[in-house]
Amino acid sequence: MRKIVAIVFLAIIGFYIISIFSAFQFGDKYKGVSEHYVKEGIIENRGANLVTSIVVNYRGFDTLGEVTVLFLAATGLSFLLFSCKCEREFKRIKSSLVLRTATDTLFPMILLFGAYIFIHGHLTPGGGFQGGSVIASGVMLLFLSFRSFHPNHKTLSTIEVLAGISFAGIGLLGLVYAKSFLANSVLPLGQWNRLISAGVIPLIYIAVGLKVGAELSGLISDMISTTKED
Amino acid sequence: MVIILEYFMIFLIVLMIALALFAIKTKDLLSAVIASGFISLVASIVYLYLQAPDVAMTEAAIGAGITTLIFVVAVRKTKGREK
Amino acid sequence: MIFFGASLLLILIGLYGALVKRNLIKIIIGLSIMDTGINMLIISLGFVKGGTAPIISLKSLFQKNSLLVDVSKIVDPLPQALVLTAIVIGVAVTAMALSVVIRMYSVKKSIEIDDFKELKW
Repeated sequence: MRKIVAIVFLAIIGFYIISIFSAFQFGDKYKGVSEHYVKEGIIENRGANLVTSIVVNYRGFDTLGEVTVLFLAATGLSFLLFSCKCEREFKRIKSSLVLRTATDTLFPMILLFGAYIFIHGHLTPGGGFQGGSVIASGVMLLFLSFRSFHPNHKTLSTIEVLAGISFAGIGLLGLVYAKSFLANSVLPLGQWNRLISAGVIPLIYIAVGLKVGAELSGLISDMISTTKED
Repeated sequence: MVIILEYFMIFLIVLMIALALFAIKTKDLLSAVIASGFISLVASIVYLYLQAPDVAMTEAAIGAGITTLIFVVAVRKTKGREK
Repeated sequence: MIFFGASLLLILIGLYGALVKRNLIKIIIGLSIMDTGINMLIISLGFVKGGTAPIISLKSLFQKNSLLVDVSKIVDPLPQALVLTAIVIGVAVTAMALSVVIRMYSVKKSIEIDDFKELKW
């Protein structure tokens, strides 16, 4: 009975999705705001990566909101898990020698790669969200291989707070020196396709990268370290 | 070359749908978690074909890495097996 | 077009799992499959056949502050920017839901939805 009701429900939803999206021509020429982004974005922002200039500049306020949602979810998770009197009887097994040796070699390289991704966010594919998640997956490797590993939560939250404040501060500077929040005319735009170019976009993406990396590492740490050790 | 790539995409899509059905049907929660992580990995290859390298990087690092780990930890903490 | 069909099927399979299954972790797995399907639907809306990625870094494409490439051959960057942040939010929300599940397990020692009857009437 439950399955029949679910299938009828799914058929209705599927019908409406098909009838909405059959009005779109897939692969059609886009109009409106995306056309402006593609045609003028590289001239207005001097960043080679158009996705970065949309995420950080045109929709920068939206990105600030998303980072806030991430922060709230991480806070709620640690509140739920640490106020819990869950039994902590699960053991973390000692990992193998191969994993530990590989982690020793690979972890600095993963950190360096993550930093490379978010510093070059305006030139190549990548940016703050990608670099931050690469750094968090490096921290995840540390958790998997050393069973008594604990990151310093004070340091993580300090990085998080400083990165968030600098993001909002750069936005407020735009309000002071130009006419809108997060406007890209505080710093000179520079030359196209150089590392130091595109105004404040690299600075904001570095702040986003550090914030996302610290937040996701804290989230993984909260999930794992509420299990009892040895 | 282009035709080979299109057939490969069709293969990947069939693989994704089969994995999704397996993840819903199976009784073992750990297998379901691994299957849903594999869906994310295949999806990142599809994003690369759709000319979205930024999204592909995010999906590969987050969907296949961090989400799978979080699910595995939750399954282990709840001694999960579906009745 | 095949990507539209694939993402529609993924959305429907994920929603079916979330509706029919009674295990809480299974429900969250269904929701995360649905998430992947929705992201793929939005990305495939902006895809132009034979187009290039929206990253203009070749010297021949941009000179003297004007774009030399044919604009209609660039994939629409707006859906990519939207999906990019949606994925990161998705992992945080999934982790939050899983922590609620762990908390519920510590109360009833079960993650079957049938064992939680307090709000049933």
